[in-house]
Amino acid sequence: MGSVPSELDIEIRLLLEAVYLRYQHDFRHYALASLRRRIPRAVEHFGLDSVSALQGRVLRDAAAFRELLPFLTVQVSEMFRDPPFFLALRRDVLPRLETYPTVRVWVAGCSAGEEVYALAILLREEGLLERSIVYASDVSPDALERAERGIYELDRVEQFGASYLAAGGRGALSDYYTAAYGAARFDPALRANVVFTDHSLATDHVFAEVQLVTCRNVLIYFDAALQNRAVGLFRDALCHRGVLGLGLGETLRFTEHADAFEPLNASLRLYRKR
Amino acid sequence: MTGSDARPRGGAHGIELVVMGGSAGSLDALAALLPGLPPGWPLPLVLVIHLPRAGPSALPAVLAAHTALPVVEAEDKQPLARGTIHVARPGYHLLVDAGPALALSVEDPVHFSMPSVDVLFESAAATCGPSVAAVVLSGGNEDGSRGLAAVREAGGVVAVQAPEDAAMDLMPRAALRGCPDATVLPARALGRFLAALAAGGS
Repeated sequence: MGSVPSELDIEIRLLLEAVYLRYQHDFRHYALASLRRRIPRAVEHFGLDSVSALQGRVLRDAAAFRELLPFLTVQVSEMFRDPPFFLALRRDVLPRLETYPTVRVWVAGCSAGEEVYALAILLREEGLLERSIVYASDVSPDALERAERGIYELDRVEQFGASYLAAGGRGALSDYYTAAYGAARFDPALRANVVFTDHSLATDHVFAEVQLVTCRNVLIYFDAALQNRAVGLFRDALCHRGVLGLGLGETLRFTEHADAFEPLNASLRLYRKR
Repeated sequence: MTGSDARPRGGAHGIELVVMGGSAGSLDALAALLPGLPPGWPLPLVLVIHLPRAGPSALPAVLAAHTALPVVEAEDKQPLARGTIHVARPGYHLLVDAGPALALSVEDPVHFSMPSVDVLFESAAATCGPSVAAVVLSGGNEDGSRGLAAVREAGGVVAVQAPEDAAMDLMPRAALRGCPDATVLPARALGRFLAALAAGGS
């Protein structure tokens, strides 16, 4: 392994520095391996010939920065991805929350909101939605807007129906949306208690005490230092014995906060704060 | 076993990481290859095999039957461990990042595949340069071809399962079109090749 970074790596670092200085969006601790794939795609999207050219463009053009954001933050999300995870939430975690007068949940890095609606459906079916507050946070204003609209492509949503059932769904996923013109519009009552909020795990601080944090397939885009920061925020936001749920390929094992949590369900990446 | 055909080409020593990928037919290839890696083989092996994303993967257990080396399912930020076989999870791309450690990602499928062999190989080449050896096994699509070329470009060692030895020769043939000078061996000999590669190292 050479100690001199490649031209591409240097250009990526300079681009992220420029983005941070100009727009205060901090991607400097995103995992490089994945950025090496996504940033050249953005260069192609803009019809430019180098990351340096992209840097110049984004520095002077705020609209171009907004256009670049979806390339920096991966916006792939599903409803009820990994049904056993959601089944365990329903069976093992939500019953613990019943004792709280107000159930507070933080969906960190909610992207376009698919998992927010999935959680709201779980909470409703378990009789908790009325007295819940769900904080849904992301760094991308466009993603938050889409999350707040709750309108998704119908053929995608239809594929989530089987996962909903495998996650212990008590009806049919189609009970929760109306379909028209190839789009599925989710029942606005599901988000009546959802607070959509612009929040960065890289630069912002804890804003509420919660009993459950889900942050699935978000930490994988962070380097080790930023993972430590984010998990530290989750630890500080969670109440005593609060629960943290991660994606199935993610683990606290390699963070500096591993000892602050104990596994609730190790293979499903559900942890409880000690 | 120590004949000249089994000597690494390119970076003659200093291989620190082996990446390997395959698709249809590659489990047979691995059953022939893995026993060639002796206990105590000192390199990390990172493996992408295309599998449908349904439930927990049985692949680590299947592979463990053919090797004494530990086989683990990849986790994000896991440091690469010597003598360990790191297997990609279905539904995630698997990359090599600084450390070197593993990184996962859920982006668009590449060649309809997630994990993708190209994604693994290209990330290993970008992170570890000439200290990478990459191997393409049997498979029914062209995933791996671009990645293998990236490893060679970075000065690493490249090898391909002999098309006539592969249950599905599309993937090895595509890889050879991109890297015509890659070492070509049947699966069993690839095991010995990787054993010698480690022995020839530091």
